[in-house]
Amino acid sequence: MGIAYVITSGKGGVGKTTTTANLGAALAQMGRSVVMVDADIGLRNLDVVMGLENRIVYDLVDVVHGHCRLKQALVRDKRLDNLYLLPAAQTKDKTAVNPQQMRDLSRQLKAEFDFVLVDCPAGIEQGFRNAIAGADQAIIVTTPEVASVRDADRVIGLLEAEQLPPPQLVVNRLRPGMVARGDMLAIEDVLEILAVKLLGIVPDDESIVVSTNRGEPAVLGRSRAGEAYRNIARRLLGEEVPFMDLGENGLFGRLRRLLARR
Amino acid sequence: MFPLDLITRFFSRESSKDVAKERLRLVLVQDRTDLSPSLLEALREDLVRVISHYMEIEEAAMEVEVVQKERSVALTASIPVRRVKPEACPPRKG
Repeated sequence: MGIAYVITSGKGGVGKTTTTANLGAALAQMGRSVVMVDADIGLRNLDVVMGLENRIVYDLVDVVHGHCRLKQALVRDKRLDNLYLLPAAQTKDKTAVNPQQMRDLSRQLKAEFDFVLVDCPAGIEQGFRNAIAGADQAIIVTTPEVASVRDADRVIGLLEAEQLPPPQLVVNRLRPGMVARGDMLAIEDVLEILAVKLLGIVPDDESIVVSTNRGEPAVLGRSRAGEAYRNIARRLLGEEVPFMDLGENGLFGRLRRLLARR
Repeated sequence: MFPLDLITRFFSRESSKDVAKERLRLVLVQDRTDLSPSLLEALREDLVRVISHYMEIEEAAMEVEVVQKERSVALTASIPVRRVKPEACPPRKG
């Protein structure tokens, strides 16, 4: 029996889909069987981020409504054998599915896979309700900005009300140079405000744009962000992985190392 | 005088991160409690009315506020008492 994680944030554009794609690919690289579910019905994106948009035949709504069998709708990744995508429908809307159907779907998927990763739509309406319905655990993605942290706080409250276990936090697009200058919230600030457990820190990295352009998750190549996502995947597998020291490549980090060498 | 003023301003300027943190803290207190200022004012007036049945209070010095710790929120009221009304009796229940 596998475990289902929902990747959520409240605010849009903070990196839920990128996080889902990279964690899915990283866990599959580590030998686990993984299915990524795109719960953003009407605005599907996970397929293009994964580069699987040309292989879709059926979608989540088809499965839920019995138009096809679950196995028929699963798109197998072209690079990793044990990685699958259940795409969202593009022509329906969020009301095409309800939370009970999502719970049933999650149960079926957990019987087949080690990890079920549900990519949640932005917002806190029915799409969000559907996405969290079948989840055992939640991963909150936020960027170190006021709007994003505020929405994350709201979502954390809603998850608590739904009696999910306390969520874990991924702080995305951190810019160490700006943190050092006092122009960006630091990890400690975000943790102090949200009072949740830190799962990972992903540095702002141009290679994410490049890998999204190509439809290749960053964990399949070499980049700081890819390394950060691999670390998060290892933590999900129960490993103790120290958080990346992002300060080391900044001016202060280099100065400190220079001085320490003497 | 002018350059000195500039220098002190440069060094004492609050970083934008601190501004962000403070603004977040304030907005989250409201988000988490869902308590609007007008609701808080109504609560304050009700408190005064109820407490006045039993004691004389200094209404002007009274403080009612919502404070947060970790993820929980508490309502605290500081109400200076002038005297307890010896003649106090519970209000009739409507």
